[in-house]
Amino acid sequence: MQDKQHIILLFLSMFILIAFVGFFQSWNLALTIFNLCIISSVMSLGINIQWGNAGIVNFGVMGFAALGGLANIIVSMPPTAKAWDAGAIYIIIGIIIFILSIIFSILVWLKSELSKKKKYIINFFLIILGYFLMRYIIDSPIKAIEAIEPAKTGYLGGLDLPVIISWPIGGMLAALIAYVIGKISLGLRSDYLAIATLGISEIIIYILKNEDWLSRGVKNVNGLPRPVPYEIDLQSELWVLELTKFFNIPVSEISSIIVKLSYSCIFLLILIGILLLLEIAQKSPWGRMMRAIRDNEVSANAMGKDIKTRHLQVFVIGSAIIGIAGAMLTTLDGQFTPVTYQPLRFTFLIWIMVIIGGSGNNFGSIIGGFLIWFFWVQSEPLGLWFISQITAHISDTNIIKSHLLENAAHIRLMFMGMILLITLRFAPKGLIPEVKR
Amino acid sequence: MEFLNSFILITNYIIIPGLTYGSQLALGALGITIVYTVLRFSNFAHGEFMSFGTMSTILLTWVFIDSKIKFGTFPTAIIVLPLSIIFTIIYCLLVDKFVFKFYRQQKSKSVIALIVSIGVMFFTGGLIRFIIGPGDKNFMDGERFILKAKDFKMLTGLDEGLTIKSTQGVTIILTILLVILLFWFLNKTKTGKSMRAYSDNQELALLSGINPERIVLITWIITGTLACVAGTLYGLDKSYKPFTYLHLVLPIFAAAIVGGVGNPIGAIIGGFVISFSELLITFAYKKFFFYILPDNFLPDGLLQILSTDYKIAVSFIILVLVLLIKPTGIYKGKIIE
Repeated sequence: MQDKQHIILLFLSMFILIAFVGFFQSWNLALTIFNLCIISSVMSLGINIQWGNAGIVNFGVMGFAALGGLANIIVSMPPTAKAWDAGAIYIIIGIIIFILSIIFSILVWLKSELSKKKKYIINFFLIILGYFLMRYIIDSPIKAIEAIEPAKTGYLGGLDLPVIISWPIGGMLAALIAYVIGKISLGLRSDYLAIATLGISEIIIYILKNEDWLSRGVKNVNGLPRPVPYEIDLQSELWVLELTKFFNIPVSEISSIIVKLSYSCIFLLILIGILLLLEIAQKSPWGRMMRAIRDNEVSANAMGKDIKTRHLQVFVIGSAIIGIAGAMLTTLDGQFTPVTYQPLRFTFLIWIMVIIGGSGNNFGSIIGGFLIWFFWVQSEPLGLWFISQITAHISDTNIIKSHLLENAAHIRLMFMGMILLITLRFAPKGLIPEVKR
Repeated sequence: MEFLNSFILITNYIIIPGLTYGSQLALGALGITIVYTVLRFSNFAHGEFMSFGTMSTILLTWVFIDSKIKFGTFPTAIIVLPLSIIFTIIYCLLVDKFVFKFYRQQKSKSVIALIVSIGVMFFTGGLIRFIIGPGDKNFMDGERFILKAKDFKMLTGLDEGLTIKSTQGVTIILTILLVILLFWFLNKTKTGKSMRAYSDNQELALLSGINPERIVLITWIITGTLACVAGTLYGLDKSYKPFTYLHLVLPIFAAAIVGGVGNPIGAIIGGFVISFSELLITFAYKKFFFYILPDNFLPDGLLQILSTDYKIAVSFIILVLVLLIKPTGIYKGKIIE
């Protein structure tokens, strides 16, 4: 009972914090923060099931979130008709050939009875051959596709389906890649796994940044379709105009509040859905088994649990959740910008959310997501206020003061580091500790 | 003659940049390896320690330039290096005292220490940006080149020019000196030997009367020195931006792991493996073949294996490959559970 009150109290104070923003800054900002808080919470739920329940260190959040974003393009953008005439099919064939060469070399590795040295050499040449064959096939169609109106398209485009489909597709795409990554790297020790996943997520971002035919690279894809109405259309609706009169605020503001509120509703539904599923999973025998594996791999193995498969399973599930969140984020932004995917913001910040919320507890991850995102956004004005308070008695022309004010925004990194270190030191179980079952 | 030209081309675009970047990576990887073997965790904050060292060098350089202290054509940054090394060491020791020491005494799992180091990374990154700002800083002064392409062409009469920047020369020489010093310390001095003993078997080392606090102190002194020098050299060579040092951590980890974590020689080899494969894979070989092949055999295209945009991604690809094929690295390193 104590626990439930504790949780409700935490969530209430979180909502009051956001409401404060609404009253003192603007409701628009409050809803923006709220929406991103929900997305952050979904991401931290994904990490929580991996780290909190199974003890797997996944530093690849950034990559999976970006894959979710990519799903937005593939599903919802209109196809570039000329690109398919220019030989888009050859790109697909080329990539399939490369993948086949890899699969074939894996088969050689596993099945043949040659000496290890010979296998290395054969595999090396197989993959090199596959790679150059792929390059030979795809290089000229890529050039042709990227030349089609580079300022507007210059990429394959998508399938022109409703954008909301891209969320599950994003989850599936992330799950597929996570399966491959997990298959090859889950045998590694924890800190190697951390570095490997971080490295792979960087590779994913590099591909998205540079393969213009796929995602337009650094030119970004703008104008992704929305699952909710546009502000412009709302502004001519009668009921919106009536609301404007009722609340006595400008129509532009009220329309954007309606748009953001509808996003909030969809996101909340997804968050609650995922939370319910995860809670059921945690309470089930499956959840007990995962915790047993986390706490003592050797004895879980002795009890006949297949540790490798279970780890792979939970890795794929967690990554799929992150993929869904990534797709939601890109839809909310309305554009796909590969440059914005930074490990600091996407990987490490999510980890801070999980640790501070309480690893192993789903409610903890959600409150962690809310709290950390809130302070990540709000510590900029807070830092500025703090600096101007302590430098209040220094004259405005002072070089040190202007320098401090200029760099006050970076206080938030220090602040996040401090929060993480203090939590780890004095309350390593987080705000809402794991439930003892 | 044609052969000589192609050789100079390779030297100019691959060998010298590779040696420079490799040295910077090797120094960074040495720092990570030493923390890993002695203190037993992967230190993600190492990139920020390097950044901190570079920042102190830059601030000191500004002070020196402001007070008109000059040393001929020698870069001021190298002159102030000993001072900034001291600052970096002090910072490392402070971080250890307030953060890492607790987890060492608790005998926490290495994963926990890794997450703690991410906290340190955030804090240090914020501190650096707060002090010096996030912008680009160029702090190289003095003579820019040891050898200019034009002079080289005049001297030898070849078509290809060879350029050696003074930052490249300084990097390579300083790295050689530092590595010799480090290996002399680890292998010949009593303190170095006790440090290796401590990293091999803590209990046994404690029994034979080695003071663990002293070992930790020396570890941070070495790490701070390596971090500061590596960071400064990288910053001198490519201009300093706090943001890039976060991304530098991964190639450095790649170097340490490829060489075999926990093995100092491995860290150095790993640094060069990473830097040379980055350059070799993204180099456009067209001009090289232009010199050695007859004209009608010359193929179209740039003859590039991967586009230059993927330069840094190459190090991650190698890292992943090594982790898959041989997780212990080229030289078998230490495995800490």
